[in-house]
Amino acid sequence: MEKSTFKVKVGLAEMLKGGVIMDVVNVEQARIAEDAGAAAVMALERVPAQIRKDGGVARASDPEMIQAIQAAVNIPVMAKCRIGHFMEARILEALEVDFIDESEVLTPADEDFHIDKGAFKTPFVCGCTNLGEALRRIGEGAAMLRTKGEAGTGNIVEGVRHLRQLRSEIRKITQMGHEELMTEAKRLAAPYHLVEQIAETGRLPVPNFAAGGIASPADAALCMALGAEAVFVGSGIFLSADPAKRARAVVEGTTYWEDPARLAKVSTGLGAAMAGLEMATLGDADRMAKRGW
Amino acid sequence: MRVGVLSLQGGYAAHSALLAGIGHEPVDVRTASALAGVDGLVLPGGESSTMLKLIGFSDLHDPLDAFVRAGRPVLATCAGLILAARRVTGPEQASFGWLDVDVARNAWGRQIESFEASADEGGLPLVFIRAPRLTRVGPGVTAVAHYEGEVVAVRQGPIVGASFHPELAGDATLHRLAFGDPGAP
Repeated sequence: MEKSTFKVKVGLAEMLKGGVIMDVVNVEQARIAEDAGAAAVMALERVPAQIRKDGGVARASDPEMIQAIQAAVNIPVMAKCRIGHFMEARILEALEVDFIDESEVLTPADEDFHIDKGAFKTPFVCGCTNLGEALRRIGEGAAMLRTKGEAGTGNIVEGVRHLRQLRSEIRKITQMGHEELMTEAKRLAAPYHLVEQIAETGRLPVPNFAAGGIASPADAALCMALGAEAVFVGSGIFLSADPAKRARAVVEGTTYWEDPARLAKVSTGLGAAMAGLEMATLGDADRMAKRGW
Repeated sequence: MRVGVLSLQGGYAAHSALLAGIGHEPVDVRTASALAGVDGLVLPGGESSTMLKLIGFSDLHDPLDAFVRAGRPVLATCAGLILAARRVTGPEQASFGWLDVDVARNAWGRQIESFEASADEGGLPLVFIRAPRLTRVGPGVTAVAHYEGEVVAVRQGPIVGASFHPELAGDATLHRLAFGDPGAP
């Protein structure tokens, strides 16, 4: 018997495909998420929009709230640590969370180095904005990726940009001759063997989900249509007028993204979405997607 | 064979790729009309509670039940096995009861306990992800594979069930057992 192999780590990501992973800040929200059909929950103390509003340093959550959520639901429970903060990650591993998100939503702890994720038993998910960043994280051992989007804005524009960027860069590699791949690996600052692998398969070696700015069933469906294999919803559900209803609608919108009539039905009468932010109002320092490299 | 893969949530993509690789024609099933066009069905892994909810949201319960009870071939893995079982514990949860077995959900532990191994019979690779355990196997059910003496795959007529993930190991033994072997495409 061999535990915590890369296959077993990626295996859990495979089992989350077509699903919605919802940010929850307490047991009550976790139960609402599970009842609405969430495939997993992300336990954290404040959703990204609240972190944005409060300012200050955002750290990993109190183990007590993570454990309370683990006890309350049967679906997988994920939790976030700061970029590079391998000690927060060790604590989350000791809590036996099912996935650790090395997340730009929290304040980075290391501006040079991401966590050596292959050294952990728990699988990791990391954010990416382009193919080079995606392959660097896989090189470090991430078993799942998510495009970053711009968390806590309720605005899908950055998520769309990152999904399109990834897809376009993957397509280009599949058109290249073998002799072009080393130069491309240099340009991307990505491990050569992973670039070679993409040239061969036309896809990332681990599942890629979408995150950042998803606030409606239509946003979730748009991400799926652009190649995301599942979606993370942070602030979009529990900062809306009717979280239970919107949560279920986003779940259905993710599964039935190819069926516009069904999307029209689930988008009906959801009440107010979260207010959201226009990107032009954000300075560079406010952009979480720029954290990490 | 046109084999439907219940694609509401979970490990449907890996099953479809494996089925195509051995010459079957996989079809995503998210609606009753898609189900009406297939001859066999895979119930993949994933989150069984999530799948149950989506089956309810989509009025798929009765069409699925009729499809399986008509005696068509079915392969149910991990969460799919939980849906197919007679009784589910850890916690108790509704199920279709097609297979005369009882299962306990997440009975090996959280993700950190997930593991790879080989079946006692030799050869067959086993990938367990937050896997269920078979706690009772009915008299009409045949054990197909064991791990450390414990039953991990079963067959009851046209229904094959496994607590592990053959699709993640890329092993088509159970797919061939359920749907036959059409030869390489």
